Amino acid sequence: MINLNLIFPEIFISLSIMFLLIVGVFKKNSLNFIYNLTIISLLITLALTLNYPIDTHLTLFNESYKIDYLSTFMKILTLISGIFVMLTSSKYIQITKIIKIEYPVLLLSSILGMMVMISSNDLIVFYMGLELQSLALYVLASFNKENLLSSEAGLKFFVLSALSSGLLLYGCSLIYGFSNSTNFILIAENLNSNSYGLTFGIVFILVGLAFKISAVPFHMWAPDVYQGSPTSVTIFFAILPKIAALTVFIRFLYVPFINLIDQWQMIIVFLSIASMLFGAIAAIGQRNLKRLIAYSSIGHMGYALAGLAAGSNNGIQSAVSYISIYLVMNLAFFSCLLMIRRNDNYFENIEDLSGLSKNHPILSISLLIVLFSLAGIPPLAGFFAKFYIFMAVIERSMYFLAVIGLLSTVIAAYYYLRIIKIIYFDPEKEKYDSNHHLGLKLSLIISTIFILFYFIYPSGLTEIISKINII
Amino acid sequence: MFEIGLGHYLTLGAIIFTIGLVGIFLNRKNLIVILMSIELILLAVNINLVSFSIFSNDLTGQIFALFILTVAAAEASIGLAIIVVYYRNSGTIGVEEIDNLKG
Repeated sequence: MINLNLIFPEIFISLSIMFLLIVGVFKKNSLNFIYNLTIISLLITLALTLNYPIDTHLTLFNESYKIDYLSTFMKILTLISGIFVMLTSSKYIQITKIIKIEYPVLLLSSILGMMVMISSNDLIVFYMGLELQSLALYVLASFNKENLLSSEAGLKFFVLSALSSGLLLYGCSLIYGFSNSTNFILIAENLNSNSYGLTFGIVFILVGLAFKISAVPFHMWAPDVYQGSPTSVTIFFAILPKIAALTVFIRFLYVPFINLIDQWQMIIVFLSIASMLFGAIAAIGQRNLKRLIAYSSIGHMGYALAGLAAGSNNGIQSAVSYISIYLVMNLAFFSCLLMIRRNDNYFENIEDLSGLSKNHPILSISLLIVLFSLAGIPPLAGFFAKFYIFMAVIERSMYFLAVIGLLSTVIAAYYYLRIIKIIYFDPEKEKYDSNHHLGLKLSLIISTIFILFYFIYPSGLTEIISKINII
Repeated sequence: MFEIGLGHYLTLGAIIFTIGLVGIFLNRKNLIVILMSIELILLAVNINLVSFSIFSNDLTGQIFALFILTVAAAEASIGLAIIVVYYRNSGTIGVEEIDNLKG
């Protein structure tokens, strides 16, 4: 008998997708109602996820769906950041008039896809989750359909993401062929490390996954898509798909292919080094803040991959804590970006921040904290995230990776500090609006407090994460 | 007599896959061609899966192929919708003219 209790969160979220669509059809002028209902249904899903003991270790549907500590933790992370993203962007989508009934429903279905991806323990389930997530994201990227840039972002994202799904599937087919199974555990049992087909399969799958988390050299979609899509969607892009893709990365590398570690380790090290360096160097000349944060997120993904390359439980845990802290920092940064608004126009260039400190001291202080934290300056949260990664990497005596990481931190600090210089020392501009939505203020305050005071009680996060045990 | 084995099917799959990949990267004219190339890649994967499934007496591959067919249809429809939206805004679907986003 299948214990369906364990997937109540997924069942609830899919039922609420259908319910919200029907409400949207039959109830007139229900846009705000549906938006708020979506936030509530995410809250209920969060409660349902927390309802079960977090340290269960069970599989469902012929071991193709896994509920364990890692999956529950990542689902909670996804749901919480989903709620905050929706709170942050509620006013933006009203002012830019992109709110439609489909918007919150698409967000929900993409979150459902991510939850399926996070729990997948089988190639088919993983592929279905991935496509559910990305089909919704294609539409979201081009949601502002009157706008040329938004539709172009959607187009580019569609083409490159569909291509990466194709590569990933080709890898899946090779792995299925050479191990005779799609289940991760059975693949691990049937592995024969001498077969070239299997190595090719792993390479193709890694390429597809690297596309999804925008690691160099498969990053070319990220800056365009971040810049072109509506800012509310960019926040979503910058945070949620990375959590899901990183979890899948962990599961792929450490469940079926743990015995082939010497074959994939060099690939991950290369992806990580290339992303860290490229993210640091390419962001220097950027003037658009959304484009800049895209390059910065490429760099940050490089650090998370460095944790994975270590090949130890400490490495995985450091990557998970990195992604947790990274998403808080990104949430705070985008909350600040959404506050740069004058007469219903949003600004997103670096010059628009010039002299911000004179008119908006509090906003500037929180932007200062966020940027220092992104640059990894102690004692803010971003420093601890990098510290855990470097600890795990040095423990496995991969000194080269650690040195490159430190170097690119220094290079990246330049462009973060340049923004701070522009905020504090450049001539001031006209005042921006200061009547912000409560949800936006709330998420900025919470995330800034987390970043600022993380050092007082760092063991809170590390203790939770230290129970993640994959190997 | 000449016997068709797993290797032949895999070669066919690999050739179609390569045509799809090359079609995406060398195509300079039309977005619809890119859509067709993506479809080719997915079909190559299906050939692989079905032939592996036949030669190893395991049904999973064929089920996987059915799932991929369904998802490919959904993907193609969303892709066409996005191309239509893009065409309304820019008046072109030439690949080389998609360069409004850069930096």
